[in-house]
Amino acid sequence: MTDTTATSKLIQGRTGNWEIVMGLEIHAQVASKAKLFSGAAVGFGAGPNEQVSLVDAGFPGMLPTLNGHCVEQAVKTGLGLKAQINRRSQFDRKNYFYPDLPTGYQISQLYFPIVGEGVVEVEAEDGSFFNVGIERLHLEQDAGKLIHDLSPTESFVDLNRAGTALMEIVSRPDIRSPEEAVAYVKKIRTILIYLGTCDGDMEKGNLRADVNVSVCREGQYEKFKATGDFSHLGTRCEIKNVNSFRFISQAINYEARRQIEILEDGGAIVQETRLYDPTAGETRSMRSKEEANDYRYFPDPDLLPLELEQAWIDEIKANLPELPDDKRRRLMSQYGLSQYDAVVLISEQAKADYFEAAAAGRDAKLVSNWVTNELSARLAADGKDFSESPLPPSQVAELVALIEEGVISSRIAKEVFDHVWAGEGSPRQVVEARGLVQVNDTGAIEKAVDEIIAANPDKAAAVAEKPQAIGWFVGQVMKATGGKANPASVNDILKARLGL
Amino acid sequence: MAIDAATVRKVAHLARIKTPDDRLEPLAAELNGILSWIEQLAEVDVDGVEPMTSNVAQALRLREDAVTDGDKVTDIMANAPRSADGFFVVPKVVE
Amino acid sequence: MSDLTKLTLKAAVDGLKAKTFSSEEITRAFLTNIEAANPRLNAYVEVTGDKAIAMARASDARIASGTAGALEGAPLGIKDLFCTEGVQTTAGSNMLRGFVPPYESTVTANLWRDGAVMLGKLNMDEFAMGSSNETSAFGPVVNPWKSSGSNADLTPGGSSGGSASAVAADLCLAATASDTGGSIRQPAAFTGTVGIKPTYGRASRFGMVAFASSLDQAGPIAKNVEDAALLLQSMCSFDVKDSTSLDIPTPDWTQSVGQSVRGLRIGVPAEYVVDGMPAEIQALWDQGIAWLKDAGCEIVPISLPHTKYALPTYYIVAPAEASSNLARYDGMRFGHRATGTTSLTDLYESSRAEGFGAEVKRRLIIGAYVLSAGFYDAYYVKALKVRRRIAEDFDAVWDQVDAIVTPSTPSAAFALGDKQVDPLQMYLNDIFTVTANLAGLPGISVPAGLDSNGLPLGLQVIGKALDEATVFQVGAALEQAAGFTTKAERWW
Ligand SMILES: [Mg+2]
Ligand SMILES: [Zn+2]
Repeated sequence: MTDTTATSKLIQGRTGNWEIVMGLEIHAQVASKAKLFSGAAVGFGAGPNEQVSLVDAGFPGMLPTLNGHCVEQAVKTGLGLKAQINRRSQFDRKNYFYPDLPTGYQISQLYFPIVGEGVVEVEAEDGSFFNVGIERLHLEQDAGKLIHDLSPTESFVDLNRAGTALMEIVSRPDIRSPEEAVAYVKKIRTILIYLGTCDGDMEKGNLRADVNVSVCREGQYEKFKATGDFSHLGTRCEIKNVNSFRFISQAINYEARRQIEILEDGGAIVQETRLYDPTAGETRSMRSKEEANDYRYFPDPDLLPLELEQAWIDEIKANLPELPDDKRRRLMSQYGLSQYDAVVLISEQAKADYFEAAAAGRDAKLVSNWVTNELSARLAADGKDFSESPLPPSQVAELVALIEEGVISSRIAKEVFDHVWAGEGSPRQVVEARGLVQVNDTGAIEKAVDEIIAANPDKAAAVAEKPQAIGWFVGQVMKATGGKANPASVNDILKARLGL
Repeated sequence: MAIDAATVRKVAHLARIKTPDDRLEPLAAELNGILSWIEQLAEVDVDGVEPMTSNVAQALRLREDAVTDGDKVTDIMANAPRSADGFFVVPKVVE
Repeated sequence: MSDLTKLTLKAAVDGLKAKTFSSEEITRAFLTNIEAANPRLNAYVEVTGDKAIAMARASDARIASGTAGALEGAPLGIKDLFCTEGVQTTAGSNMLRGFVPPYESTVTANLWRDGAVMLGKLNMDEFAMGSSNETSAFGPVVNPWKSSGSNADLTPGGSSGGSASAVAADLCLAATASDTGGSIRQPAAFTGTVGIKPTYGRASRFGMVAFASSLDQAGPIAKNVEDAALLLQSMCSFDVKDSTSLDIPTPDWTQSVGQSVRGLRIGVPAEYVVDGMPAEIQALWDQGIAWLKDAGCEIVPISLPHTKYALPTYYIVAPAEASSNLARYDGMRFGHRATGTTSLTDLYESSRAEGFGAEVKRRLIIGAYVLSAGFYDAYYVKALKVRRRIAEDFDAVWDQVDAIVTPSTPSAAFALGDKQVDPLQMYLNDIFTVTANLAGLPGISVPAGLDSNGLPLGLQVIGKALDEATVFQVGAALEQAAGFTTKAERWW
C-alpha cells in the first residue's frame, strides 16, 4: 500500500479552521497464565484478592521475578508492529501513592523499552490507507481495582488485577480525526488478536486507550511534520482509559470542541489528565491524579537489565502467524478479491479463516459475499463469532457450488440458506427436500416468456425504446416459474424474443 | 541548589510524610547540610561513564508462565488494619 | 558443665553432634542469659523462648536419629530485618510493630533447613538506617563493652547492633545481620566480634525487609572467623525468588580458615588514610600490615582514587532506593495506620509520619528529592556514574593484589547520644565499609586489638567479587596474629 499520511478533518470554529492532532497510548493486557512479576493467576471472575500473591500485595521483602512468556508476547507484538526489538531493555519504577498500587510504584519501562519504533498501516473508512508511527511498546504492571459502591465512606481494594502484564503501545501524533483514532485502535486490536498476544476484550478492560488530544490552526500540523518541532502543535490533554470504540470517538469530539472553544475565547489549554464520562458525554479533569505527577522514575534495583538473544528473536519472527496486512494482500492475489472484500474478511481472523476454508475450489468472490453478508449478519444477530458458527464452511461451499452448477439461482440460494440456518440439513438436502432446483429447461422458460409477451404487447413494444424495462419482464418470468428459472437463461431468451 | 521550606513541604508531600510547619525550616537546614556535602560529587569527571545500576553482571532471569502462587486471601489479609469480605478497606477515594 | 554459652558456634555444633550436651540444654542456657542481660543490653526485641525450646527438641531428635544438619541444634539470634513466619518482624520500626509475616525469608529458611534454633529477633536501627542503633523504635542496643574509667553506655554500632551486642555478650552463638553501607562490619568492629558481608548476590534478599536493594546483603556476626564462615555458608544460596541472586554454588568456606597466606599480595589503599583519623586506628592498621607481612604476604601500596566520593554517592543511592522501597508502608495492607484522619492523603501522610522515625523520614525525603524532576540527572544519575568509577577503582587493582586491608571504622565505639546531633557525623562511621557495598565486594571485619580505653578495634579485609575464600583466609590470619580473645567484662 502507498504511504499516505492521514488527511485531517477540518473543524470549523468561529474564528477559522482547526485541526485535531492525536497520539494514542493503548494498554493491552498480555495473554498469559501468570502475572508479569509473580506466579499468581491472571483472569476474570475470581473472588476478591484470590489471585494475589504476597509479591503483588507488596509485602516486606517480596521481590519481582520476570515472566518470560510475557517478554515473548511483547517481542511478538513488536514484530507484528514492524518495530525495532531492543535486545537490551530495563525496568523502571514509576513512583506514586494510590490504594490500587500496593508497592507505591508501578514497574514499567521508561528509559529503555523492549520495543522501539514501528509503523502500522491502517484502513480508513473510505478504503484509503494511512500510516501511524509507533514510538515504543513497553511492558508494565497493571494496578488493582477500587470499588466505590460498597460503602458511602470507604473504598474497597481488590488486587486481583494488580501486577497483570500490560503492553503499552505508544503512537506518534499521527492521528487526525476521531474516525482515524477508532480505525487505528481497531487495527491494533486486530493485530494483537492475530498474534495471540492479547485477547482484545475491551469490555473486560483488557484493551483500553489513553487519547492525547490537541488542536491547532489549519496548516500547523504540516509544519510540525516538516520540522518535528512540537511547538507548532497545541497543548495536549490526555483522556485516560477509554474502553470502547464509541467512547473514543465521542470523547475526542467533545475534547476537541472544548479546546477550540477555550482557544477561541482567548484562553489557554492546561496540560492535564482528563476522564471521559460517557453518561454526561463529556471529559473532565482528574485532579486527583494531577496532584502529584512527579513520578521519580528510576531503574528498578530488584531487576537486572533484560537481554534478548538475536537468535531467540529470529525464532519468534520465523514462527509469527500471518499478519492482517499480509493476509489482505494474499487474499487479493490468491483469490482475486477486491481490496474492499479483503479488508472486510481480515478484520477478524476467524472470518478470514472461515472464508478460506469455504473458498477452496469455489468462486471466491461469491464465497466472500456469502461470508461477509448473509453469514456475518446472522452471526452478529446471534452474538456469535465466526469461530462459533453453527454453519461449517463446507456448507457455505456447498451452497456456492449449487449456484455455480446452476442448480439454484442466487435468489433461491437465500431461501436455501434460511432453511440450512434453521437446521433443516445441508444446502443440497434442502434443495432436494423442498424442490428448490432451478429451472434450466429452456423450453419451459421460453413458454413462460412467450405467454407474458403475448399478454403484454404494449410493454413489449416499449422495451425497444427503453431497454432497461426488460427488468419488469424478468420479474414476471421469475414469478411465473416460482423463482426457479435460471436468471441467465431468462435474460437471454427475453432479449432474443424482444429483439434487443 | 539550596532547599527552602517550600521545597521541603513539596518533597515531604511527594513522600507522603506529614511534616508540621515548624519542622520545615529545621529539616531544610539539615537537608542543605547533607546536600552541600553530597555536592562534592560535582568534582568527579564522569564523561562517558555508564550509570551503574547493579553489582550483578548478568542478565535478568526469565520465569516460566505458570500459576504457582495466589489463593491466599487469609495470608494477604492477616495484617490488614482494616478489611471486609476479602477486600482491603481504605478511606473513600475520590476520582 | 562449663558455660555452654561461651562456646564458639563450631565447638557447639561439634558438642551437639557428639551428644556432649543437648540442644535443649544450650538453648535454655542462652534463654537464661538473655533474660538476665536483655533488660540492660536491649539486644532482643522479641525472645521466642517456646519456639526455641520446641526447635531444640526437634534438633535433639534429629541428632538422635542421625539426621543432623550442619547447624543442628545451634541457638542463633535473628536480626529483626529477616521475615520469620508467625513471628513478629519489625525492622526496628513502629511502622511494623505487630507485623507477623506469613512467610519466611530465604536466609532464615536455610538456617532452619540446617537445623539451627531461633532464640529471638534482634534489635536494629530502624529499617537498617543508622550506625548506632539509636534509630530503633525499640530503644538503642547497649554495647557490652565499657570504656575504661567510664560507666557510660556505648553504642554497639548499627544497624546490626542487636546482632553484634548479642554475640559479644553470649546471648546467642552467632547471629544473622545485614549490611547496606557497613551495618555488619561496623558493629562487629565495635563489639570485638567478626562480621562479613558477602559478595552482592550470594545471599538471597527474599524475605529480608528492603532498605536499598542494590546494596543490601545479608551476612553473619560471629565470635570468630571460622564461625562466620560456617554461618555464612548456610545463609547463602541461589534463590530463583531473587532476580539478583547469583546462580553459583556456595563453597565450603571453613576450609579457607587457617590456610597459609604466604605469597598473597595485600593491597593498602592510600586513600583510606583520612583526615582526623585517630593515631590508634593508623597504628592498628600498621600492625595488621606487619602481621600479614610476617605471615609471608607481599604488601602492595595501591590507589583507589574515588574513595572519598563513596559516602556522598551512598547517601544518594541508598535514600533514593529506600524512598521507593518504603513506599509500601502506607497503612493500607499491613503496618501502622493513623486514626482520626480526614482523607486518603491525610491517612497516607499521618500513618507514615507516625510510623517512621526521624532518620528514616530524613532519608525518605532526601531520596524523593534526588529522584524528583529536575534533580534526577544532577544527583541520582551522577551518583550512579561515580559508583561505577568506584567499582572500576577496585577492578583496576585486582591484577596487583589478592585482597585489600583497611581499618573497619574510623573510631572505636562511642557513647550513646554522642553523634545524634549531626547526621553527617554519624554517616562518617561507614567511610571504610561503604565502598564494598557500592562495588558489591565481600568484606570482613576482624577484631584486631584494643584502643587506649580498652575498646575493641577491627581491621577490614576486602576481596574480589566471589572470592570470600581469600577474605576468610586473610581474616583468619589476622585473627590468629592478633590473638584477640578479650571479652567484655560482665556488668549487666
Ligand atoms: Mg500513559
Ligand atoms: Zn501505562
